[in-house]
Formats: sequence, structure tokens, C-alpha cells
Amino acid sequence: MNMLSEAAVEKALDKKMNEVAYKMIGKDVSVYYGEKRALFDVNLNVRENTVTALIGPSGCGKSTFLRTLNRMNDTIENCRVTGKITLDTDDIYDKEIDVVELRARVGMVFQKPNPFPKSIYENISYGPRIHGLARGKAEMDAIVEASLQRAGLWGEVKDRLHEGGTGLSGGQQQRLCIARAIAVSPEVILMDEPCSALDPIATAKVEELIHELRANYTIVIVTHSMQQAARVSQRTAMFHLGQLVEENDTDKMFTNPDDQRTQDYIMGRFG
Amino acid sequence: MSTPLILLILAIIAVVCYVVGTRHALAIAGGLSSKLHSRPGYYGAFVAICAVLPAAVVLAAWLIASPFYINSTVRGGFPEDVKARSVAEQGLAFGMVSSLARGMDVLTLEEIDRVGSNPAELRNTLGTKGVALAGDPEPYMVASAGDLNAMNKISNRVMTAVVLIVALIGAGLSYNRISHRFRARNRVERVILGALVVASSIAIITTVGIVMSMLTEAGHFFGRVPAWEFFFGTVWDPRFAAAGTTASEGQFGLIPLLLGTLYIGLVAMLVAVPVGLFSAIYMSEYASPRLRSVAKPLLEVLAGIPTIVYGFFALTTVGPFLRDLSADINGIVTGNAMNFIQAQSVLTAGFVMGIMLIPYVSSLSDDIITAVPRALRDGSLGLGATKSETIKKVVMPAALPGVVGALLMTASRAIGETMIVVLAAGVAARMQLNPFEPMTTVTVKIVSQLTGDLEFTSPQTLVAFALGITLFVITLCLNIYALFIVRKYREQYE
Repeated sequence: MNMLSEAAVEKALDKKMNEVAYKMIGKDVSVYYGEKRALFDVNLNVRENTVTALIGPSGCGKSTFLRTLNRMNDTIENCRVTGKITLDTDDIYDKEIDVVELRARVGMVFQKPNPFPKSIYENISYGPRIHGLARGKAEMDAIVEASLQRAGLWGEVKDRLHEGGTGLSGGQQQRLCIARAIAVSPEVILMDEPCSALDPIATAKVEELIHELRANYTIVIVTHSMQQAARVSQRTAMFHLGQLVEENDTDKMFTNPDDQRTQDYIMGRFG
Repeated sequence: MSTPLILLILAIIAVVCYVVGTRHALAIAGGLSSKLHSRPGYYGAFVAICAVLPAAVVLAAWLIASPFYINSTVRGGFPEDVKARSVAEQGLAFGMVSSLARGMDVLTLEEIDRVGSNPAELRNTLGTKGVALAGDPEPYMVASAGDLNAMNKISNRVMTAVVLIVALIGAGLSYNRISHRFRARNRVERVILGALVVASSIAIITTVGIVMSMLTEAGHFFGRVPAWEFFFGTVWDPRFAAAGTTASEGQFGLIPLLLGTLYIGLVAMLVAVPVGLFSAIYMSEYASPRLRSVAKPLLEVLAGIPTIVYGFFALTTVGPFLRDLSADINGIVTGNAMNFIQAQSVLTAGFVMGIMLIPYVSSLSDDIITAVPRALRDGSLGLGATKSETIKKVVMPAALPGVVGALLMTASRAIGETMIVVLAAGVAARMQLNPFEPMTTVTVKIVSQLTGDLEFTSPQTLVAFALGITLFVITLCLNIYALFIVRKYREQYE
């Protein structure tokens, strides 16, 4: 029941594609780690209900850009961000914005599955609980079930909700982390190489999941795998040496890119 | 030749063997060490080990065995009437003979001639040379002492010769074995492995030895005082029986001491745990790296202060302060300025001991909290949790087993602490629950039972071993439990 039919997804997408709506707009975004500049005036817009893939060689700044979108860079010492990023109409680096509220709207899934050393149920209910999203246990149960359903994990774990989340397999753990992010009903989900620690079968499952989530969420995904970017995304942005090289439709990017560097990277000439 | 001199010679032989062996190996390979199975140094080390190790073993065996042989020979030479006496008396006689033998080494030949036949004179002469004798030596003793000296001299010469010959044979044989394909490295490393095993077993064997000796002595104690009177007795009154009176054996009740130990430990933990944990959380989660790099070592300096210094602090500062404070409070509340906190009290000792324990709690917990993976913090922050929510709900629960382990180890330190208690809580073994009154602990009583002029076989002294083994079992259990918890926690992440 959680699987939306392919046709429904395409229909929803077509509707959105006609009117280009930007969920997040990054303008002249630069990031400094102490003296070192990691990102140079990046202008990148994230479209609503679209999967945007960020690609590029290691150290090109794609993860750094991703982390500016929910201010996770704040947790790093000496990190400074300039420029402007908006979520809908709110400037997320505005002093008025509460970072806690922002991160509830812009969720994140990390490279390595990082379930809390708690039960599966508590892993999911953690976010809703701190944000006060549920009145009573019945509502919380509903949120947990819905999140696990959406992450395609419900069938596998419904009989052991109160066992440890760290006891799951790597792929299941990552889907648990995605379910955990979904549970707080974010508008945007950021994924930082979510499949790099997974085997091919688990990767296929997560990719399928991303494909389905696109109907309800805006997704930005950093990936090292060109094939993955081609499979899951509609838009692709290529970073190199801290600069945005090119941002385009994924189909165009992988067949006929505008920039020579993109061409070279995709052909495997560097990176 | 004296033993240190022999050891020195062996060391020189080892160095020479190493150099010669290394050179020889290189020469065989024509200067190209890649043609050898092992690096040249290993050949040198192999020759050195072959020379020194067997020789050292022979030396050790000789040093251990020869006194047995010589002593029994000398005793065998005692006159029949001496042999007929009791074992203790024979031991005394032999002790005299060996002192005499040491003394005669100091005398010149003509002095020996002069005084040899006159025991009283001999004793005086030796006295002036710094060798004191317990009584006038009997004539047969002088003869035995001469035998003893002669045998020792021969034994020493033979030993020197044998050791050096063994060393040279070892060196020669191993030198001849050096060749291209000889696996020197494997052999040397096996010897090194053996040395490592020996080193690590020393600590274990020592522990076992200590426990065995405590068990033996405690066994003697329980032979005199029933175990249930010790473990369940509620009165600690080890009266020192006057000579001849057998009635007043004293009462050895463990309960008041154990209660005091646990009580003072509890107060100490009540002080140390919150302060230490909060400081650990601040250090690991909030403090800037610069502040942390200064503050953490400073905090750990506290752990380096000898506990007796904390004792002074308790005795001269904290105790009187609490006493005067209580008098003031009492004066304000009831008009009667009587202090209700004694200068020496459970509270004083517990408070000061708590301060001593802060660095243990904070340093151990800090390491454990810092070890919680960053990914977990990111995961929580990425869901929109605040820093304090992350610490309370994710970091601390993840660190909890490790922190509990750290606290248990700290508790076992609190239980073993002595000096602070002596100075801050006194030595009165009382069974009561008022934290403002003096109490005492197991360790304090161990000290007081073992100091003073007491024969070592009385229950008053032996009880110290029973107390010691009890304390050992308690802290051992705490430590094992702590290790168990810490290990369980490790499994979660690795």
C-alpha cells in the first residue's frame, strides 16, 4: 500500500514540472573552514518535488553545500558561511530563524547509517517526540508505522519494533534512518552519499525508496556514483574545486553536457 | 668472583657476541645483507642470546641450589649432642655459625690464630669489627664456620668457571651456525616473545601470591574467631588481652566497619558523581578546544595530589569550618550555639574524599562521552534536536554503560581510601547513621591493627588479614562488574 504506482508518480511529476517551483534557493553561497575557502559563490536552486543529485570528485564541496542547506555546518568549529539561502521565502541564515525549526523542515540522512543505540520504535519516535508532533501513544504509534511504511521497512521490522536498531543489517539501518527523517514530516530531505556503505541489493532498495519519496518530498542527494545520479535524479549539479560547474536536467547532463569538465568527469577522465 | 662482577662479564660477552655475530653474518653475505635470511643484527642478537641466556640460567640455579647443599653439609658436621637438640636450637646454632663465618672473613689470619681458641675474646674482637654475635661461640662453631667459608669459596670458583665456560660454548656453537639460510630472526623473536610472556605473568603471579598469603593468614584468624562472629558481629572491640587473662579475647564485628566504609563512600560519591559528570559533559560537549586543552590537565592535577594532603585539608580546614558553621546555624535557630557537626565526621571525610574523586569521575567519563560517535550527534542534530536534547537523549544514554563502569571503578577507589578517613572521620568504630558523627572504615582498622607491638599470631593482628581479604573481594567484584559493563558497551560500536 505504500508503493505508489509508477503512473501516479509520473502524473504528480508532470503537474509539478510545468510550473517550475523552487523549494530552496542558494545565492552566492561561500563556505570557509577557518582560513581555507571550501565553496566559491555557488548559485544553485533546488526544485520542489524533484531529486537533485550533487556530483563531483572528492573534496569538490558537494557535501559542504549540502550541509549548508540545513545548517549542519554550524556544528563544525571555525566554519563560516556567506551568501544567502532561502527555504520557500525564509532566509535560513537569518538571525530570526531557529536552527532547530529549520532542521525539522530540512531533514538529513548521513553517509554511514547512524541509528541511535535504542529500539527501532524509539529511533523513529525520537524526532516527533522532541518536536511534540504526537498527542498520546496512539498517535505516536501511527507516526512510527507510517514512517516505516514509507521507508519500506514496516514489513521487515513490524514484529520487532522494540528490539535494538543497531541489530539491523546495514541497508535496513539506512532505511531506518530515512524513516527517522521522514517521521518529523520534513519538506526537504538531504542525503549525503546514503548508499556508499551499502551492498548493491540494499542500494537498489534505497534508490527505489528515493524514487517513491520524490512524490512527497524535495530531495537533494550527494553521490559518488554517476550511475546512481542518473538512476534517481531529475536534476544534476556538478561541482569541481569548490565551484558549481553546471546544473542541468539529468538526461541532458549525462548525454550532452554544456561544460567540458562535466563531460570529462562523467567519462571518467578525472575524479 | 662476586655475582655482580660475573653479571658484568656476561654483559660484556653479550655485547662482544652481538658485534662479532653481526660482522660475521655480513662477511658471509659479502657485505650484502639482502643475501641473508634475517637482517645482520638478528644474527648478532642470536649469538649474544645463545651465549648469555644458558649461562644466566646456570648462574641462577647455582645461586639458589648451592646454599642448600652447603648448609646441610655444615649442619651434618655438627657434634652429635647438638644434632640431638630441637630444630629451633639447631637453627640458632647455624645462625651463629654463619655470622661467625662472615666475621672471620673480616679478620686477618693472625687475628684468627690469636682468638680462635678463646670464644669470649673472639666475640669481642668481632664486635669491634662490626659483626655482632648473639652469644659466646662454642669451639665446634669456629670449626664449622671455617668449613663453611672454605666450601663457599670453592663453590664460588667452580660457579664462575662453569658459567663462563657455558657462555663461551654457547657463543662458539651459535657463531658456527650462522649461514645464509639460517633463520636467526625467528629464533630471536621467539626468545623476545618468551620475555614478554614472563613480564606479563609477573603481575599475575604477584597478585595470586598476595591473595594466597592473605587467605592463609585470614584462615589462621578464622581458626581463632568463628567466621560468623566476624562477618555478622555488630561490635568492633578487639581488646588487647592482658598477659595471662584468656577471657577477654575481644569482639571482631565487621558490620560497623563495613557500614562506615560504605557510608563514607556513599557521601563521597554523592559529591563526586554530579560534579564530575557535569564537568565531563561541559568538557566534552561545550568547552572550546583551547579551554579544554588547559582545563582538562588542570583538573587531572587534582588526581595527582597525595591523599594525605587531602587529609590535612579535611583536618585543618573543612572539619573546623563545618563544625563552626553548624554551631552558628544552631545558634541562630535555637539560640544554643552548640555545634551538631563534629570536627571529625562522616560528612567531612565524605566531602573531602568526594573532591578527591572528582577528577577520576570527570576524566573517565569525559573520555567515554567523547568516544560516542559523531555520527550519532549529527543524526540527532539533523532531526532538529537541540544540543541539550542531543546530550540528554542520545549522547548520555549511549555513554551510560561506560559511565556506570567508570563510576564503579571510582567507587572501588573510595572504598580503598585510608588517609583521608583517618584524619577526617577518626578511628572510632561506631554503628550509627548520623552523618555528623565520627565513624571509621575497614582500611583504617587494618592500619591500626597492624601497627604497634603485638605478637603476630594473636587474633588482634590476624584480623587485619580477614579485613583485607574482605575488602579485596568487595573491590574485585566492583571492578569485574565495571569491566563487564564497559566491555558490553564497547561491543555496540565496534
